Amino acid sequence: MTDALLNVRVERKQFAAVTVLRNIDLQLQEREVVSLLGPSGCGKSTLLRIAAGLEREFSGAVSRGSQGGEVAFVFQEPRLMPWLTVEENIGFSAGNQFDKKWVRQLINEVGLDGFAEALPKQLSGGMAQRVALARGLYSRPRVLLLDEPFSAVDAFTRMKLQDLLLQLAEHHGIALLLVTHDVDEALYLSDRVLVMGSQQPSSIRLELAVPLPRPRDRRDSKLGSLKVEALTELQLAHVI
Amino acid sequence: MTSKSKALPAPAESGWKPGFDSAAWKRRAKGLALPVVALLLLEFVVRIGWVPPYQLPAPSDIFATLTDLAAGPLWKHIGASVARVLLGFAIGASLALLAAAWVGLSREAEAYLEPTFAGLRAIPSLAWVPLLLLWLGIDETSKVVLIAIGAFFPVYLNGVAAIRNIDCKLVEVGQMYGFSSARLARRILLPAALPGLFTGLRSGMSLAWMFLVAAELIAATKGLGYLLTDGRETSRPDIVLAAIIVLALLGKVCDGALAKLENHFLSWRDAFSGEA
Repeated sequence: MTDALLNVRVERKQFAAVTVLRNIDLQLQEREVVSLLGPSGCGKSTLLRIAAGLEREFSGAVSRGSQGGEVAFVFQEPRLMPWLTVEENIGFSAGNQFDKKWVRQLINEVGLDGFAEALPKQLSGGMAQRVALARGLYSRPRVLLLDEPFSAVDAFTRMKLQDLLLQLAEHHGIALLLVTHDVDEALYLSDRVLVMGSQQPSSIRLELAVPLPRPRDRRDSKLGSLKVEALTELQLAHVI
Repeated sequence: MTSKSKALPAPAESGWKPGFDSAAWKRRAKGLALPVVALLLLEFVVRIGWVPPYQLPAPSDIFATLTDLAAGPLWKHIGASVARVLLGFAIGASLALLAAAWVGLSREAEAYLEPTFAGLRAIPSLAWVPLLLLWLGIDETSKVVLIAIGAFFPVYLNGVAAIRNIDCKLVEVGQMYGFSSARLARRILLPAALPGLFTGLRSGMSLAWMFLVAAELIAATKGLGYLLTDGRETSRPDIVLAAIIVLALLGKVCDGALAKLENHFLSWRDAFSGEA
């Protein structure tokens, strides 16, 4: 456990006079999938933004493991630049000199062949989020942080995107830390689910392990019974 | 994974078909209907003597005057006016873009500059005329400066608003990649502000024409504003109307050129087309 890919320690995070996070210590191991689960306003997105380096005013520390490696972020909304094509958006961090071959490969991997030259306005919500995923993968990260990445798409698209995300993480050997408020999503995707409560200051109230082999089947009765267990524990911990 | 993409919906294709279609011509015909009817009506009213031609000449007479002028001094006047507008607009708009970028991108600059600009903006621009004449004389300089003042404020105001209306979520993408300020400005801020900048440039251009006429009405020996004065002094409403028509055409051409540029640079916009 000493050489995690990502260590996030938050002693305290305040917005104005309100302490929103307190005493949080989380590690992300190589190739691990971890969910931050909790109700709206519990500070889980803030924690993720701290992990990404987007929030800098807090007491604590964020450190990468000794192997180093990139950390990339996928936002809740696709946040594509509307004036750039799909491929330019994917290679956005590299500017005009993006690696076209790598971008084409990513386009293929997220299932958007034929849309390299399309503009964001021509894409559906699910397709745009695929582009955002590919943009996250462009820098060949070791860790991908995702902030409720599928909350804005319909249930069918969400299931497809969840499977796509798992495939991509598996294929590229990426660890995932994602924020969600969906218990099913957290259990289906993760190795560990970290539950945050709504009382402030918030911290990690509960850690649930999901010891199911991959690839998983959504219809697996073990997932169902895990959900019952999880809900019971959430109730006991007064999260719901 | 390719089977996945096949199940995806095709992108919307409507709205960007180039070429000629009858719908576009029909739209144009609709736009011409009102002016044509008005012209025919005017011609009729003047020809049967309801309105004396020394007050309102018939459209055909105005057209004749226009062709006469075109054979003679009209081009000299157009050339003088266009040169003044373009020069004044270029100076005013460039300064406005610089000021807008400065104020829009820096709270500090805003604190120092914005109150002054707000004060200057409160002065009706034509109030500068006497001062400009005193300081710069009645030559070209005072006219160009007046036009520049006229073009400055719409470009500046829209520019600042365009920068301040940029979606901070897009800016955050750049911050996530650790973009420098220059890179952020070039890769995100400028393209994101472009729609608002074009709005400003187009209204600046129309004000430039307005101030051109004001400047040329006051003191000029050539230009379309001079033609207007000349028509009034010689009791020739046909000349006045001919000059007005030329001004309208030139204004339309300038705005059309900017609109073309705008469409070229902003084809990515997903804007409401007017057809729900």
